[in-house]
Amino acid sequence: MVAIGCVVKNPGSSKNNKTGSWRTFKPVLDKDKCVDCENCYIFCPDASINTEREIDYDYCKGCGICANECPVDAIEMIKE
Amino acid sequence: MVKEVMTSNKAVAEAVRLAKPQVIPVYPITPQTTISEYLAQYVADEKIDAKYIKVESEHSAISASVGASGAGVRVFTATSSQGLMLMHEILFAAAGMRTPFVLADANRAISAPLNIWNDQQDSIAQRDAGWLQIYVENAQEALDTTLMAYKVSENPKILLPSMVCLDGFILTHTVEPVEIPEQELVDEFLPPYKPEHSFIDTETPMSIGTFADPENYLEARHDMQVAMDNAKEVIQQTCDEFAEKFGRQYGLVDAYKCDDAEIIYVAMGSICSTIRAIVDELREAGEKVGLLKIRAYRPFPVEAIEEAVVNCDKLAVVDKNVTFGNGGALFTDIKAKIHKDAYGFIVGLGGRDITPKEIKEIYEKTKNPVKEVTWIGLKEE
Amino acid sequence: MIEIRFHGRGGQGAVTAAEILAKAAFLDGKYVQAFPFFGVERRGAPVMSFTRIDDEPVEIRYQVYNPDYVLVLDDGLMNVVDVFSGLKENSEVIINLAEEYKAAATHKVHTIDATGIALEMLGRNIVNTIILGYFAKKTGVVSLDSLIQVIKETFLGKVGDLNAEATKKAYEMVK
Repeated sequence: MVAIGCVVKNPGSSKNNKTGSWRTFKPVLDKDKCVDCENCYIFCPDASINTEREIDYDYCKGCGICANECPVDAIEMIKE
Repeated sequence: MVKEVMTSNKAVAEAVRLAKPQVIPVYPITPQTTISEYLAQYVADEKIDAKYIKVESEHSAISASVGASGAGVRVFTATSSQGLMLMHEILFAAAGMRTPFVLADANRAISAPLNIWNDQQDSIAQRDAGWLQIYVENAQEALDTTLMAYKVSENPKILLPSMVCLDGFILTHTVEPVEIPEQELVDEFLPPYKPEHSFIDTETPMSIGTFADPENYLEARHDMQVAMDNAKEVIQQTCDEFAEKFGRQYGLVDAYKCDDAEIIYVAMGSICSTIRAIVDELREAGEKVGLLKIRAYRPFPVEAIEEAVVNCDKLAVVDKNVTFGNGGALFTDIKAKIHKDAYGFIVGLGGRDITPKEIKEIYEKTKNPVKEVTWIGLKEE
Repeated sequence: MIEIRFHGRGGQGAVTAAEILAKAAFLDGKYVQAFPFFGVERRGAPVMSFTRIDDEPVEIRYQVYNPDYVLVLDDGLMNVVDVFSGLKENSEVIINLAEEYKAAATHKVHTIDATGIALEMLGRNIVNTIILGYFAKKTGVVSLDSLIQVIKETFLGKVGDLNAEATKKAYEMVK
């Protein structure tokens, strides 16, 4: 039922765990205010924001670090 | 007497505060961590006048404990699981050097696969180290046993370290009411440690942690065996003395409705609570069943067990551990020493919840046995 | 015996709520036990905790599978976990929700806008003590006085005072 030694035969399986469901507040980016500094991309601890500043809501846990680090307040945390 | 709602980890920390150790070397690990946190706080708040040593590993924690105890002071440390594994080498040194300190082990499964939840494999794996091992059922017993452990270990007839084993999470992270004894009464029960066999004093210099050649080693080990045998009597005496002072009676074992029982559950630790409730339920249905809780696992209380099970037909021995290739450790000990029809059951490894359904299944499978050792709760293939 | 199950997210204080409820019931003269669903403490992830309250010492040690009461600290969890699982016929559910619970339910469901009270009175969305205030009045399982005392012992200073006020407000909201 479990693999011998609990070996995982299909690596990268943590992708199946969509941690977006852990979120209470979601970050929403106002692209008009954005100055392309990439702070949100750099600081996101879950790699849920790419260089195009697209937020991956499947995995974003809603920690709010991006909103906190944004120098022009372009990201707002909105209740789910 | 104050009664408070707290976890078993806090209950252990309270016992340590009352026991007044002078040195506490400890390294945090889940689910023991809050013990080390409470003690750090107590030392910082000057509620305990002790040297709190922040070590870099469990191997260092136990080494510092042996050093301090060998130097003649009262010592406490605590760990869990992989931490106890890392201590393994020095556990033998602690017993062999006859350093009578107390270690609390928050029982947790062993890796691999990695698992932080409860079973008793960690302490069972250390059973041959020469330590007294007492398994506790609840927070009150965790507090009381920690205090008694010092008195037993420091008894000149024993001088071996004690391990107080409490189930991880099920006890360490569960709050329930606990009576905290008065300091004054504890001081009477447990006066300061006065070592005569091993201490640092420039007037009477001594070497500790020495070498023993084939002319001496056998005797040194035999002395430990004698001390372990003595411990049965001393544990019982200490329990009686504790009962007189604090009103709570413990023993080497705790027999519940065993006198006229045909089948007796034999188990250790927190699982005894649920088993006792099921014993009551089965009794109401007319079944003659009892529970024998083993508190002292080392020394193994053969006589006390024999006395408790003398009238029964069968034993259902419940183990939260496995000695691969030979059933559970408690089961194999019972099988070797107690002349009764015994069946072994492996349960709850790695924190699998044990519900009344499983406890009743154990009873049924002892009444109508199919095999000697059964794993309970396995998922169907 | 009364068994209570809390649903929350890591960091929302579900474990603390279970302990506060146990300690308060203990002050009321009951025997108690409280514990978390072990080992899942990750911020934001679904967590559970449990409280048992009885007139006799609580001497069973397994998870609560058939609760008398379920307290849901975060309505967003309703899409992720089955908060109705294992309910008995007379079990009741209290959900932190600004509006009435509209979905079909087999059990009695109460709602309270605990987040609204929390944001107004505490300045942050921590609702564990607030929902306990509502629970106390709705069920009578625990007294407000004991709850307030334990909350003030658990959170020292101003935080304790604010939580106590918010808890009282939730208590008084029950008609």
